Amino acid sequence: MKKRIKLSLLQRNAMAGYLFILPWCLGICIFVARPLYQSILFAFHDVKMFPGGRELFFVGFQNFIDIWIRDMYFITRLIAFFTNTVLRVPVIVVFALMMAILINQKIRFQGLFRTIFFLPVIIISGPVISELMAQGAATVPMLDTAMIASFLNEIFPNWLATPIVDIFNQIILILWFSGVQILIFLAALQKVNPSLYEAAKIDGGSGWECFWKITLPTIKPIILVNLIYTVVTLSNSDTNDIITLIMLNIFSGNRGYGFATAMAWMYTVLVAIILLVIFSFFIEREDKRLKDVRKRNKKEQKLIRKARKTIARNEIKMERQKLRNLKKQAG
Amino acid sequence: MTTSRILKSKAFSVKEKRQILTEKFKRLMIGNAQRKGIIGTGIIYLLLISIGFVYLYPILYMFATSLMSLGDLLDNSVRWIPSAIYTKNYSDALMVMNYWNSLLKNLVVSLTPTVLQVIVCSLTAYGFARFRFKGKRALLFIMILTFVIPPQILMIPNYLLYTDMGLVGSLNALILPALLGQGLQSAVMILIFYQFYAPIPNSLVEAAQIDGANHLQIYWSIGIRSAIPAIIVVFTFSFVFYWNETYLTSMYLGNNAGGFSTEWTTLLLELGRFQQSYESIYPVAENSGNRLNEAIRFAGTILAIAPLLFSAGILQRYLVESIDSAGITGE
Repeated sequence: MKKRIKLSLLQRNAMAGYLFILPWCLGICIFVARPLYQSILFAFHDVKMFPGGRELFFVGFQNFIDIWIRDMYFITRLIAFFTNTVLRVPVIVVFALMMAILINQKIRFQGLFRTIFFLPVIIISGPVISELMAQGAATVPMLDTAMIASFLNEIFPNWLATPIVDIFNQIILILWFSGVQILIFLAALQKVNPSLYEAAKIDGGSGWECFWKITLPTIKPIILVNLIYTVVTLSNSDTNDIITLIMLNIFSGNRGYGFATAMAWMYTVLVAIILLVIFSFFIEREDKRLKDVRKRNKKEQKLIRKARKTIARNEIKMERQKLRNLKKQAG
Repeated sequence: MTTSRILKSKAFSVKEKRQILTEKFKRLMIGNAQRKGIIGTGIIYLLLISIGFVYLYPILYMFATSLMSLGDLLDNSVRWIPSAIYTKNYSDALMVMNYWNSLLKNLVVSLTPTVLQVIVCSLTAYGFARFRFKGKRALLFIMILTFVIPPQILMIPNYLLYTDMGLVGSLNALILPALLGQGLQSAVMILIFYQFYAPIPNSLVEAAQIDGANHLQIYWSIGIRSAIPAIIVVFTFSFVFYWNETYLTSMYLGNNAGGFSTEWTTLLLELGRFQQSYESIYPVAENSGNRLNEAIRFAGTILAIAPLLFSAGILQRYLVESIDSAGITGE
């Protein structure tokens, strides 16, 4: 005889919820959790491939040491990636903010401009980018890059001048990475309370002041979002040299999976550090203010508590004194 | 008073008239607190149009060049407008990329995972947004984590997993992750759907329950219908992502997919090996007229991104509205 387990309505609802997300949970286990565990495992092993399967040999930190000491490309490419990111992210985010503010003005053809700036997001992809770069269509034709290059080479040391020249050489492609950011900024700008601007205008604030005192502080969290988004897209982009290097190492005979995974982890650590720096830069200041307030509050409360205690003690003393006086009088 | 009436009236002297008119002119050009003047608006339009042009420059340049014959390419006096519209580049590119066949295959390759991704993400998001169950917060946190985990870490173990499962070289390598909610950027897609399901009023769902609808029916008749903008956004973005994805496709479907030969191809893969294919069709001969030139390559690039532009053009009106209402602002 079948016995149906009776569930309460809440439990039944929970079951339905689990059923809805079941495929996703399975996916997490198969395609995220297991590979994550394996990739940590691989990074500390030498993975040997045989026709029948593979075997792991524990090598400790050897893979990580090899990356730094033996690999001739990794360090140079890592440094190149780092300087590129540090230089490009501000360019992209500032440009996106400027464009969003321009489009957000009361203008006609707002939709048209929005489409123009969004179009590259749709067509941007590895082969198309490399095609454009190969044909030199990635820079503004009016820009005399050769002159800028010679000029920058005189001012800056070579390691800094080269990435800056690169920026000018690929300026359009770099700007193309800001399509999504423009949309995000635009949505944020449209949500800023217009009465704030009205109040500022009545008090005689200029547009410039309004930007620094109202717009920027209000969209500060969105700037953080955009910075993170930009770093993530740049670091995962198809045209990234380090990704190509990792792919190359996967299929190379004497390096193999272990080495490649270790490299991927090193790269991830660097990206994570960049993200953390951005994060701390944005969060610290607000926290400091909050911390100060909290500290002050704590101090004040301590003082208050102390004062209360002393008052209470004094009151007790007074009462005792009174009692003693009464006793004396009685006595 | 209007300008003509001021000019006609005899109440003002000529000097006064001039003063009034210059004042009016100034206000028109520079503007005041309420309205922007012509100069301000003009600068904004000028900036937007020129930056828009720079932004679209690679696409325009590509399009113009793709219509040039060899003579036009070599002629220095022809920069933008070809002397005659030359379509042989396109017919060549069509042949080299085996276009219609590749297009058909590419549509299958990108549309199948896209459709699955839309369905599964919407189901998962519904589960997260509408049901209460244990561990929901932890699971949501894991979902956001999957967005942050860099793909290069999971790349290698996943490749091994697919090899073990015999998925390399078949379309299942793209379908299976999408079916289990781990497609391209699935976490973002789930969050977009989530924002549409969360604000559905509970009373509506309860009314449906009292009328005897089960959870799937409620999902179908209430959930889906309130998330139509999200469906459009997620569908378009997934399609674009899958279309532009060269790194997964070259790994699992490309010619060099671990030595497996595949019948699947995408236009971007074809674009990547454009030169090879061209040279196998037109063997390189010294001084021959039909060497591969940038016009043909550009024609190929345009053909490869044409379906994207086409679909974005159709969906663009809904897309912009939906992006606005989907509020992808990281809230």
